[in-house]
Amino acid sequence: MDWINAAAQGVLLGGFYALLASGLSFLFGVMRIANLAHGASVVLSAYLALWVLELTGVPWFVTLIVVVPLIAALGWVLQLSVLNRALERGGLAPILVTFGLAVALSSLIQELFSADSRSIPAPGLGEASIAVAPGLAIGVLPLLTFGIGILVIVVLQLFLARTRLGRAIRAASDDASAAQLMGIDTKRIFALAAALAMATVAVAGVVLGLRTQFTPVYGNLVLIFAFEAVIIGGLGSLWGTLAGGLILGLAQTIGAQIFPGYGVLIGHLVFLVLLAARPSGLLPKAVTA
Amino acid sequence: MNLLDVTGLDSYYGDFQALYGIDVSVAHGETLAIIGANGAGKSTLLKSIAGIVVPAHGAIAIDGVDVTRLPAHRRVTAGIAMSPEGRRIFPSLSVEENLLVGGHARRPGPWTLDRVLEKIPLVGDIRTKAGRALSGGEQQAVAIARALMSNPRLLLLDEVSLGLAPVAVEKLYAALPAITAEGTTVLIVEQDVNHALAVADRVQCLLEGRTVLEGPASRFTRAELAAAYFGLSDGSH
Amino acid sequence: MTGTIPSAGFRVARSTRASKVGVVVALPVVGVLVAMPYLFPAGIQQSLVQLFILIIMGTMWNLLAGYAGMVSIGQQAYIGIGGYGLVAAANLWRVDPFLAIFVGALVAAIVAIPVSFLIFRLSGGYFAIGTWVVAEVVMQITSRIPGLGGGVGMNLVGMTALAPTRRIAYVYWLGLALVVLAVVVTYLLMRSRLGAGFTAIRDDPIASASLGVPVTRSKRLTYVVAAAGCAFAGGLLAISTLQVKPDSMFSVNFASYMIFIVVIGGLGTIEGPILGAIVFFALQQWLSALGAWYLVILGVVAVLLTLLLPRGLWGLAADRGVRLFPVGYRLILPAADVRRKA
Repeated sequence: MDWINAAAQGVLLGGFYALLASGLSFLFGVMRIANLAHGASVVLSAYLALWVLELTGVPWFVTLIVVVPLIAALGWVLQLSVLNRALERGGLAPILVTFGLAVALSSLIQELFSADSRSIPAPGLGEASIAVAPGLAIGVLPLLTFGIGILVIVVLQLFLARTRLGRAIRAASDDASAAQLMGIDTKRIFALAAALAMATVAVAGVVLGLRTQFTPVYGNLVLIFAFEAVIIGGLGSLWGTLAGGLILGLAQTIGAQIFPGYGVLIGHLVFLVLLAARPSGLLPKAVTA
Repeated sequence: MNLLDVTGLDSYYGDFQALYGIDVSVAHGETLAIIGANGAGKSTLLKSIAGIVVPAHGAIAIDGVDVTRLPAHRRVTAGIAMSPEGRRIFPSLSVEENLLVGGHARRPGPWTLDRVLEKIPLVGDIRTKAGRALSGGEQQAVAIARALMSNPRLLLLDEVSLGLAPVAVEKLYAALPAITAEGTTVLIVEQDVNHALAVADRVQCLLEGRTVLEGPASRFTRAELAAAYFGLSDGSH
Repeated sequence: MTGTIPSAGFRVARSTRASKVGVVVALPVVGVLVAMPYLFPAGIQQSLVQLFILIIMGTMWNLLAGYAGMVSIGQQAYIGIGGYGLVAAANLWRVDPFLAIFVGALVAAIVAIPVSFLIFRLSGGYFAIGTWVVAEVVMQITSRIPGLGGGVGMNLVGMTALAPTRRIAYVYWLGLALVVLAVVVTYLLMRSRLGAGFTAIRDDPIASASLGVPVTRSKRLTYVVAAAGCAFAGGLLAISTLQVKPDSMFSVNFASYMIFIVVIGGLGTIEGPILGAIVFFALQQWLSALGAWYLVILGVVAVLLTLLLPRGLWGLAADRGVRLFPVGYRLILPAADVRRKA
């Protein structure tokens, strides 16, 4: 029964990792930018939600109304001011720029918020669980985060596939100069994509705060997990990122079942083995419908 | 008033000056063919009109409105659309999606998705095919259809016949009357002189960035055109 | 048509006037550096050792990123291996610490080979994060190997026989020797065919491969050399601080330092990381009072420099043709009157 429990936890954890990774995957799929500031942005969102909550006393889901637009706007501004220029420069510039942003952002968080570990309170949610089968109880919170993860990826995918702006983003991603000939303002379309990516980061941050205790340096771990999920699943595919998240979650929980305390390390090792065996990931393809 | 007035255009292709003080005029509804050998500056001219190349000197006006400094993506809203050199079909989008992107600017007019699929041969048959899976001829048809989706006043066709089998070229040129019948003004750049002349009202020949011949298509003999094309005439303009 | 091809008389040179001047100036500078322990108090030597560590790290990171185009944020793996290798060899096997530093470098080089096979499957930003995952794994494994002190770390024993001034002087000379080694090896590597190959790879990897440039082998060699170099830096850190701990020896902050040093100093030149390390070292002293704000400032500065001054501070000089360590070739044309008319 422990194994089934571990597997169930792994799947739910995987949905959470997919949520953490969706912004990273989306940004890379559209603009080929591996955003090294991704982890710090997620943690920033968590702290922002916490701050709103402590200031106003609203329940956690209301903080989304503030945090998501704010962080999305941050993405818009950064893309227009800094990342578009880095893309134009090409070469090492995008990596160096996102790295610089990551360091600045995480140090800023360290200065503004204490090093104590915090979490976002969700009264009742953390302890509630549903008995699915004899001996198998699923926590409501993990189930909720799993659901949010799936929802975010589905929404992103539908947006790209079915909407006018989603098509424009895909076109600009394929060939920016040809997209301009279609009347698409590529600078702004990329800013929109960045804003969308950061919106998912904001949601991921709030959910992170619900699930675990976080500190200012937690962004490092977030980045690594998100990255592993994206690579396992295959670059450029949101569905792949979902699959990658699930595999990582399962590897960690089942690994912890076998070797208690070694869950994260086993996740890393599974990642490295998969990288060696299937370097292009499980479902690699360009971002399409 | 002409639909397109280009005056005194100097444009560069990298560090290389491709156009020297070029003047081009196209009246409403007419089809102008710009011919010339490789390197004559034809594509740079079209790119300057479309906005992907910013000219060093000169002016471009649409219906008397100066658009010289207008960025490329806004020229589409102003009514300029281009089927670019190399076709530039979006590989990860299907043919239908490519067409829909062509209509991104949402300019009103007769060309809707259904109409384009109906009127441009071949495109209707391949509407679900992926962009990266298209043959050269299919790509060119889609590129033209895509440009039409923005209901342009001025349609720019850049080297439509380049790299295509003769049969494919025939089919494409056979579709052109359906486009011009709507009143669309067409500026066509070609190395294939025969096809260009067959559809053009007027012709202008470029040689090394300068105009060497210009006038109604019917006025010139083959010999005169060949001489201008290859720069064989000495002393004349 | 008039021809402007010179009929004869052009020559290819490798050195520049600045480099020749540089050699003349460098010798006495090196002399003074060698004599440091006799001239200045121990505190200066210890500071210089910190600077040497930064120069070695920057030079190695530049070798990877500036020449071979590989951005790594995981070099701390090898810094840690270098430090731990030295302390383990000195404590457990009674190797003289000044020789044990080579143990660390050797282990790092050996580890780097299979790692390269793994991470070369990634590229760009994902390669960068991949190097970091590797560093995390190496840290996790190292802190779990029995005998290496676990999460608490170990102190370096076996240095107590030396009097402090002597010990500091010996560590200083070791550091000086290592930094000269690092710079000279990088310089020679980049002057060789390897360096020319990298310039070709940067321009067009496929064309270079088709011309016989061994792209992957060159990258692997560079990666292994950089690993060994970083291990020397780690060993130097261990022998000067006399202890190793997982958090400090494998800290991702080293990655930040390396990137800042090279971005500030100048990517793709030998001189750049040296200049960058000096500037960074100075900034560290002045800004340390600000706490984490100094990293915020550095992060913003790195972004600005990457966008506005991509060739760093040394780039300002290099753009004027100044090269102290010239790795390229220059074509010197004869005077204009040797032109031939058709």
